[in-house]
This record gives sequence, C-alpha cells and structure tokens, in this order.
Amino acid sequence: MNRSRTPFYIVMGIIVFLYVPLLIVIINSFNMSRFGGEWGGFTLKWYGKLFNDRDVWHALSNSLIVALSTTFTSMVLGTVAAIALYRFRTFLQSVNNVFIYMPLVVPDILIGISLLLFFVALKVHLGLFTIYLAHVTFCISYVAMVVMGRLQDFNYSVMEAAMDLGASWFTAVRRIMIPILAPGIFAGGLLAFTLSIDDFVITFFVTGPGAATLPLYIYSMMKHGSPMVINALTGIFLTFTFIIIIISKKLLEEK
Amino acid sequence: MKERIKKRFAELLLTMPAMMWLVIFFVIPTIVIFIIAFKEGDSFGGIGREWTIRNFSELANPSYPVIMWRTIWLSVLTTVICLVLSVPSAYYLARAEKKWRDILLLLIIVPFWSNFLIRIFAWKVVLHPEGLLKQVLVFFHLASENTFLLYRSEAVLLVLVYTYLPFALLPIYAAAEKFNFSLMEAAYDLGAGRIQAFTRVYLPGIKQGLITAIMVVLIPALGSYVIPDIVGGPGGEMIGNKIAQRTFVDRNLPQASVISTLLILIVMVPLMIRLAARGRKNGDADTRGGFM
Repeated sequence: MNRSRTPFYIVMGIIVFLYVPLLIVIINSFNMSRFGGEWGGFTLKWYGKLFNDRDVWHALSNSLIVALSTTFTSMVLGTVAAIALYRFRTFLQSVNNVFIYMPLVVPDILIGISLLLFFVALKVHLGLFTIYLAHVTFCISYVAMVVMGRLQDFNYSVMEAAMDLGASWFTAVRRIMIPILAPGIFAGGLLAFTLSIDDFVITFFVTGPGAATLPLYIYSMMKHGSPMVINALTGIFLTFTFIIIIISKKLLEEK
Repeated sequence: MKERIKKRFAELLLTMPAMMWLVIFFVIPTIVIFIIAFKEGDSFGGIGREWTIRNFSELANPSYPVIMWRTIWLSVLTTVICLVLSVPSAYYLARAEKKWRDILLLLIIVPFWSNFLIRIFAWKVVLHPEGLLKQVLVFFHLASENTFLLYRSEAVLLVLVYTYLPFALLPIYAAAEKFNFSLMEAAYDLGAGRIQAFTRVYLPGIKQGLITAIMVVLIPALGSYVIPDIVGGPGGEMIGNKIAQRTFVDRNLPQASVISTLLILIVMVPLMIRLAARGRKNGDADTRGGFM
C-alpha cells in the first residue's frame, strides 16, 4: 500500500511555521532601518549596542547565578526523590508522587502568585534569593522525572549483587546506582539550567528591586526599549542554542 | 524487625528533602492563596489583618464571564489544533528513516529551547502593522490596509499554538515511536481501510502520548499570561492577565488571590477528569505513571 504524503507535508509545514518568525527577526537584526518595516541596508550596530549595554551583562550574571545554584540544588533533591520513588512502594511514595507531579502541571502563573503571597505574608525580602527558591521548586520535579526515566531501565539485581558481596545499601547506591544514573542526572541538571535561565513568569512575580534576570530585562526592553536590540539578542540566543545542542549531541554520540 | 525499621528510616531519609521543600514552597503557598482571598488589603499593597468576603465582589464585574469563556475556548482550541497537527506528524516521524528523523526532531526541538519571550516577540514583529505578514496578505488582497493582525484573540491563538506545538508533538512522537507498526499491516490484511486502521489501531496505540499531550498543553494554556499580554491587547485578555493586573498594577493582592482561586478551580477540571479516569482503570495503581 502506498503511503499517504499528507503527514510529510504537515511536518514540513510545522518546521516552516516554527522557523519563519525567528528567521524574520534574525534578518531584521542586521537591518539599518530603525523600525524594521523596510530594509535599510546591512549593519551590525544593534549587536554593538547590545554588547555595550551594561544592564544586559548585569542581568546575564544574575541569571547565571540563579541558574547555577538552582541546577545544583534541584539535581540533588530531584535525584534523591527519584530514588525514593523507584525503591519504595508505600503510601508515603504515592503522596510523594503527587507532590512531584503537581508542579509540572500547575500553570506557571499560579506558582508565581502563590509564592509571591507566601513571601509577602512572611515578609521575606524579594530578590535573587526568592527567585532561587522559586526556581528550585519547579526544577526538582523535572530532574526527578528525567532521573526516573533513566531508573526504569535500571536493573536492580546489580545492587543486590553488590550487597551480597558485602556492600551496604548506601555504598551500593554511591558506587553502583549513581554512576549508572549519571547521564540521567546530568540531563536533568541541563534541563533545570535551561528552565531556570529561560523562566519569565514565575521570576516576574517573586523578583524584587534590582534583581533583574535576563528574561526580566528582555521583557522590559520589549515593553519600553528598542525592539531592534532584541532582534540582535534573538540572533545571539539562537546561535548559542544551536551550538549547545549540536555539542551535546556530539558528546552523546561519542559514548 | 530491626531490618524493617532501618528500611523505613532509609525511606524517610530519601523522601523528606524534596518533599519538605515542596510542602514549604508549593503546597503551603497554594493554601495561602485561598487564605489571602479572605483577607483585607492594606494601603501599602500588602496584606491586612482583618478577614472579609468583600474581595469576591470582584467577580461580579461583568467582564469576568467574557474573560473566563475566552480563556477556556482559546485553551481548548489550542489543544485541539496542536493534537491535529501532532498526530500525523508523529506518525510520519516514527516511520521515517533514522538519520532524516533525527534532523527533523532537532529542528523541532531547537526553537523549543530558545527563549520563550523571544519567540513571542518574533510573532509581534511578524504581525506588526508594518510587518511582513500584513504586507504579504495585502499584496494578495487577502487583507485590506487597515486590518489589524495584532492585539486580537486570533493572534493569541496563533502564538499559543506556536508555543505549545512542540509540547504536544514530543510526547505523541515518543508514544508513536514505541508503537508496533506491523499492527497496521495486520489491520490492512484483515480488510481495514487506511482511515479505519488509523483511527481504530494507531490512535488507541498512542493513547498514553495523547493524554500527556493534552495535559501539558491544556493546563499551561489555561494559565497563559505573557502571550495575551504581548500580542493580545484588551480584546485578547485571559484570566492570567487579570491576576497580573491586580498584582502589579493595582497592587491588590487579596483580589489577585480571588482570581487565582478561580483559575485553580478551572484547572482542576481536566486534572480531576484525568485522576478519575486513572483511578477507575487501575486498582493496581502504577505509582510511577503519575498524572501523565
């Protein structure tokens, strides 16, 4: 039976749909004309402007501080939670399971407003630290999910073998389970890093004066600043994304 | 006996760190929303001491039914469009040659990894009155000079689909990749037509992926805030915008809590349907399956 071509056309359509807006923005980032309506000649001035904007660098460093600390904390908490969910089948774990899954399905805005109310009620000073607390909260679940995916292929009998040979359970976890899970833990960490550096909605709610992360700064530029500079930022962002994905693919293939 | 206590202790040691974190920063704050909905605001934008039910009069405003209805239909339509596009795409991707499939998947994932705000901004540029899309439409006489593409609910729908399409496609693809396509051949051999095989064999086969896709598109879409904020304008507002307005513009946190409570109730509907369907089906409760 000959296959229908329709699914192929839909996939191609989706790819065009996904890329056309981004390509237009990137082309525009080299456009001399100030408002981007028509082509005014090739220029790199928007990239220059972006590069010399000290606020961008400050926001980027804030984002990196939050993302790195979030990644570390959520990798530890998420992995431990995933091992508990994998190892035990008790009532406590079904509660744990619900707790881990809820932040994945609850809309960002509800996590944001609830944390804002919580911090305001406790009179916690809003700033980078509250952003960190909020980011860890949603990243734990993603890390736990990725690590659990890896655990599904994990053969528990290697742990039992280690324990039969005299290792304690914690030694077996440390020497056998963690090394086998390492790719999953790193993948979870990478996801946490990306989510943290990308998050706008939750951050917007729990931020305080002077604690602008990169997405918050992009948003204020979108609302008040020059759109042409954001075009340039898009170009840089997409180039970085492509490079990172290609490098991580190459790393995985070599294994 | 000692062995059992030790095991129980190990379980607590492994469970508590993440669970305590989520209780403090997720469960309690969610309860706080309900509590603050009954509190007076103070003049500094904080929360007062007195209890009140006056905040709920906020919902009597006639704009709420309109905004609620718009939030629901935009989210449901986004989910439907994402599914309609993803199901045949996943079917194609799952059967494509590996090298070609990897390239296509990479192309689909890259925009998904790029910054969320920047993707929305790109659409603002495209839909702008002097943007490319308008010029193309006017050129082909599909739109007149004074059509507005931006700041309307259709623009919100378009960008919602753009944002959530990869979220729908990836779980459906993951299910389709595991699907045994020789079942389709078997259906053909037994006399099924192409459409019949697709709806009666393929769709049930990828059901788990479809359910995950619905959950990860519908629920976040119901809580959308940035997309209607940037491309929607007053005619495209959703519930999320109202929460943000009460929080940042009016600095009235108790009223923001009331609207958040409303959003929680709306979001609970699909969650409860999912939970009920799962509870009915399996008594043996696969704890790893979760809601997904």
